Order: sequence, then C-alpha cells, then structure tokens
Amino acid sequence: MRLGPNGTVLDAAAPARALPARARWRRRLRSRAAIGLLMCLPLVALIGGLVAYPFFYSIYLSMLNKRETAFIGLDNFRFLMTRDVFWQVVQTSFVFTGLAVFWKAVLGFTLALVIHTVPTGGQRIWRGLSLIPWVMPLALSSLGWWWIYEPTHSALNWLLVLIGISPKPWLSDPYWAKVAVILVNVWYGTPFFMITYLAGLKSIPAELFESSAIDGASGLQRLRHITLPMLKSIIAITMLFSTIVTLATFDIVRVLTRGGPRQSTHMFGTYAFELGIASGDVPLGAAVSLFMFPILAVSAFFILRGIRRSTV
Amino acid sequence: METRTRRDFLKTGAAGAAAASVLGFPHVARAQTKLTFGLWDHWVPGANDVLKGIVTDWGKGNRVDITIDFITSIGNKLQLTGAAESRAGAGHDIIAFSTWDGTFYKDKLEPMSDVAEALIKKYGPFNENATYLSKQDGRWVTLPSPIGSHTYPHETRMDYFKQHAGVDVQDIFPADVKKRDKKKVDGWDWKAFLAVAKKVNAAGFPIGASIAENTDSNDWLGPLFASHGSFPMDNKGNITIDSPATLEVIEYLRELTQHMPKDIYGWDDASNNRWLISGKGSTIFNPPSAWAVAKRDQPAVAAQVWHHDVPRGPKGRYRGSLPFTWGIWKFSKEKKVAKDLLLFLSDRETQWKLITASQGYDFPQIMSFQDHPVWKEIGPPVGGQYNYPVRGDEKLIVAGWPAKPEFGAQVYSKWLLPTMVGKVTSGGTKPQDAVKWAAGELEGYKRG
Repeated sequence: MRLGPNGTVLDAAAPARALPARARWRRRLRSRAAIGLLMCLPLVALIGGLVAYPFFYSIYLSMLNKRETAFIGLDNFRFLMTRDVFWQVVQTSFVFTGLAVFWKAVLGFTLALVIHTVPTGGQRIWRGLSLIPWVMPLALSSLGWWWIYEPTHSALNWLLVLIGISPKPWLSDPYWAKVAVILVNVWYGTPFFMITYLAGLKSIPAELFESSAIDGASGLQRLRHITLPMLKSIIAITMLFSTIVTLATFDIVRVLTRGGPRQSTHMFGTYAFELGIASGDVPLGAAVSLFMFPILAVSAFFILRGIRRSTV
Repeated sequence: METRTRRDFLKTGAAGAAAASVLGFPHVARAQTKLTFGLWDHWVPGANDVLKGIVTDWGKGNRVDITIDFITSIGNKLQLTGAAESRAGAGHDIIAFSTWDGTFYKDKLEPMSDVAEALIKKYGPFNENATYLSKQDGRWVTLPSPIGSHTYPHETRMDYFKQHAGVDVQDIFPADVKKRDKKKVDGWDWKAFLAVAKKVNAAGFPIGASIAENTDSNDWLGPLFASHGSFPMDNKGNITIDSPATLEVIEYLRELTQHMPKDIYGWDDASNNRWLISGKGSTIFNPPSAWAVAKRDQPAVAAQVWHHDVPRGPKGRYRGSLPFTWGIWKFSKEKKVAKDLLLFLSDRETQWKLITASQGYDFPQIMSFQDHPVWKEIGPPVGGQYNYPVRGDEKLIVAGWPAKPEFGAQVYSKWLLPTMVGKVTSGGTKPQDAVKWAAGELEGYKRG
C-alpha cells in the first residue's frame, strides 16, 4: 500500500502490481475462491453438458416444424392441445403420478415405522430385503412383471384363481392396465420412501417419545404430534422428488403396455418417444416432454418454499 | 474368398455395362479403406455369422476393413441408433432400417438410385411395397434388403382346421402353385375365415390375432381393411377412412372378435407366436418365426403348421409385409465403397446364401428371387413354407399404404387401426364415433 504525504491511501494494489505478472497469477490461482472455482469446473461442465445443453436444445427443437427446417414458435404446443390423445396422456400422467406417489408414501412410511420398531440388530436384514425392488434394474424387473401379468398365461391370475378370485385382464383392459402399471411403480418406489423415512425416524430424539409417553400420549398421538411434524420436511422433499421421477416414468409403461390398450397408459415420456422416435417427429416429441417442465417447476417452487419457511 | 465388386457385377450384362458407364463407378478402394456397417441382429441362430463371413471376405478381397455391428431391434435399439446417427451426423457408413425409418431420414441419406436401378436392370423389379418404402420423391433413398424383411401369411394348424372346421389348407394352398384350384383359392375369403373362426373357437382352439399396440396388429388389420377397399389416406393426402368400407370391416371385426381370445388387446408381438406354439391356437398371421420356435420346442406342433395365403376381400387379397432397408448416410466418407458392398450383398448369389442362412425367414425384395428352393424344401412339414413368398393373387402392403410415407408412417407407428378397432370391439364405442376419431387423428398427421 502506498501512502500520500497526508497519510491517504494512494494505491491499495500497489504492492501486488509490483509483483511480476506470473507471480500475480500464481497468487490468484492459490486463492480460496480460485481453487473453489477450479474444483467446481468439472461439475459445471457436467451439468452444462448433460443437463443445461440438452434442456435448451430440447426447447429449441420443440419450436421447429416437423422437418426441422423452420422456426414455428409455440405452434407444436398449440397443436398438442388440440389432440385428444395428448389430453388422454395428460390425464393418465397425473392420475398415475398422484396415485403412485400417494401409495408409495403411505406404504413407505408404514414400512419405515414397522422396521423402526424392530430391534436394531434385526433391522439390517429387513432394510436390505425391502430395498431389493429399488436396486434392481427397472427394465429387468418390469420384464419380470410382464410375465406376472402376461395376458394369456398370467402367473398372478393363476394365483387369483387358486384362491377363488376371477382372473383380471391386467394388460388388455384400460382400467386394469393402469392398475398394473401403477402397482409396479409403487412396488419399485416404496423402498426409496421407506429408507428415507427410516433415516428421518432415527434422527428424532428418543427423549421426545419418552417424555410424551410419561405424559400419557397414545401411539397415535405420538405419531400425529411428534413423528409427522418432525418428518414434515423429509416427507415434502421425498414427495417432490418422487413426483418428478414418477411423472417421467418410461420403462414400466414401455415394457408392460407400450402405452396401450388404446393409448390408455401412455405417460409423457412414452408418448414423446412414440411421436419423436417411432413416428420421426422429434420436435413434437420434444414439445410433449417439455410439457412437464412448468408443472414440475411450479410444484418444486411451492414445496421448497414451504420447507424453507417451516425450517426458518 | 469373394472378390466381386460393383464393376464385376455390372460387367455381367449389357444393362450393367450401360449402368456402369452412366455411373462411372471406379473400382473399389485401392488402399485399405475403413467401412462401418450397422446391421439388424438376426434372431435365427447362425444367420449373423454367415452374413459376417460374406461381408468380411468381400472386404478382404477388396482391401476394405469392415466393422460390423449387429444391433438388436429389441427395445427399439436399431431405431434409436438410426435416430441418434442422423442427428449426430456421425456413426456407421451403412445402416439397416426397419420398415419406415429410412423414410424419416430421406434428406440425410445418400441417394441409391444408381444401385437400385442397376439391380432392377439385372434382376427385374423390387416388389411394390419395397418400392413404396424406399423410393421417395422419384429417387431411391434406401435399398430394400432381404435381411429381416418378412411377410404375414396365415400360419395355420392344418390338423385343427381339418378336424374342427372341415377346411384343408394344404389342399387349397398346396406346395406347388400349379396344383392350385382357383375356385378353392377364391373361396378362401374373410367370410370363410369367420365361419372357420366360429368353429375352431367352439372346439376350444380360437384364432389368435392381436388388436393392440404392436406391429402384428397392423400387419393383419391393414390388409383386412385394404381388402375391403378401406384405406386411411390416399396418396394425395386426402383422408379416406370415413367410408362405408371401413364401417363394414369394423362390423365384421365386431363379430370376429367374439370368437377370439379376450386378451388380444394386451398382446405383444410374441403373444400370437406363443398362442400357436402352446397348442391353444389354430391360426395366426405371422412370418415363420412361430414355426421355427415350435420346431425347436414343440416339434409335434411345428409338423402341423402350414403357411398359406390370407383371405380375400371384396376388393382383393392383401398380405402384410415389413421390409428392411439399407441406407448410406450422407456424412459417410466411403459412399462409393458402401454402394459396392450393398450391390454385392444384393447379388442373387449372395442373397441365396443369406436366405438359406435365415432358414427362409428373410424375404427377398427383388421379386425374381422368390424362386429360392428353401421354402419348398424346409420342414416338417415339407412344403409348409412354400406359400411364404407370394404365390397367388396377394398384394404385399404395409398398413398406412397408399398414403405418402410421411403420413403412412404415422398410421403405422401411432397404431391408428388397432386403436380404432379396439375402441369399438373392446371399448364399446360406436363404429361411427371410432371412425370420426380416426379421421381427426389423421388430420393431425398432416402437420407439416
């Protein structure tokens, strides 16, 4: 630092400038900010290449005509809104997601509570077993489910008949086909909820339960006034995350029904595939897949804001 | 070792010589050239090996280093590979396309008119269906390939038909076209088929044909509608589905489906195969893959399977067909060598080997190649596949024809026909409403 005759600072950076350029660079590179930035670069590149670029590219694609020779703005979206099949896809996607996320949350929570009551030593085996559906490759397990539902030789129907229940047209009737795909999604996704809720349960201080028990609180009261409020943020986060993933379901529908019967089980992802790849209309397929984005963005905003407010 | 080149090929006839002079093809690569070939992964054991051997030998003889990738069509992988390469502008020099896919990329593919026309001059025309799919806007954008190409004849349990319906398909469609009795062949129409369907169903062996989101559904429904004069769209882009013929077929199907399994609305492409092989079904519409699996797993069933012509309708007899094609990307740096290889693979001698290796599953798209002996010789029953190539008055089509391919592809891939039919026969929609729905969908297909 250089000072003037009256003691005022003339040039705070003077000593630094006095250094040779190479040394200055070396010094800057050694600063915490520079190291932090450098270490983030691979991640930034990864997100840029695998998230941001495809996202913006798909927006660009969705605004082209079928031949990809002209920019048509939002015409693809307007066109979709005039199609019956698209609205059927919207309806199926929301019914599927709503029911699947709800049941995954309920079953995951119940399973977590049950496993939490098992003595610590025995929990490991139950945790491990419960996670099997989630760790299996989904395309593979969906294939297994296909054999269970197989229209002509369904193993599940064989069991139903054995216990006196009439066989169901699992994949050949729109109602049962929807039940079938939701069931597989619930089977696959419940362990994610279970393991997250279990971790949350373990983080609740035992003293809270002990003191409430001394005060005479029933199990239901403890659940309502201690467990659920303490897990509120985790429940919100898991449901948000699961909503995003469930709305993007592809494998299960593709393997089990291919969107049928009569297009009744198409989700955004499978319908986008049918339009974009199988029918050669990539811009329209991109438009279908982007329909999810504003819905998910708005839901994420409100859920995350709710969590932030409740934790402040 | 095979050393035949396009020049050799063209030398074998005056027409070929003329074509060579027009095309000005140089001899294939002098220095070691690299070529990549994305091929459909054949399900018939050993067929890939024969093809690989043929291609590799040709490469050695012509100083071309060829890399072959066999790409499965399971999970749409072949379709995805084509889509990815077309966008990336990189990948294989030559790639196989299933039915419609080559039409999607016509602007990104090297024109093949020189190769196709040289073959036509030498061997005669490709079948009309293959021409419809490969020739776009007056030029050949892909080359019809025998590998993976197939048709959808009846695949019938002749014992069930004879025993329960009194119909002898072996007598109507013998393994020698000269022995056919025209009256009997003409009598095999959709009305006769319905009568048989009722009888075999009553006996506990229903016919099996899916009405679902799969290619098999298109490949029997498309011909059924066509044989009554019902087409979704004409070749000028006019929507023609709303017609008395369409309603007539829907009514027909309403009755026919009463005598079919209830689960056909959930079937996939393999379901009808299993239906026949299990011994439950009396007939399906399928290439000989069901027979081939039965030969391995249920030889007694296979020995009773006879392939024959589909029923005739008031407006003709149509059979479903799904050709595969080969395309050369414009981004390829070895287009001329790629064309040489495709010309060699399309040569009669080479295709003979390939058809033999596929045990007759691969269906040649050059019409004069249908005299391959495999379909007459293979069995049991010997002659059971004789009618797999078209022997009589059938016309090969793909559901969606005769619409322009850009619209026809959507008719096919968006399952217009099975959905329209299923709405009525399973969903209880009125036929007129289902047809109106289909017409509305077709209007959407015209989006530019």
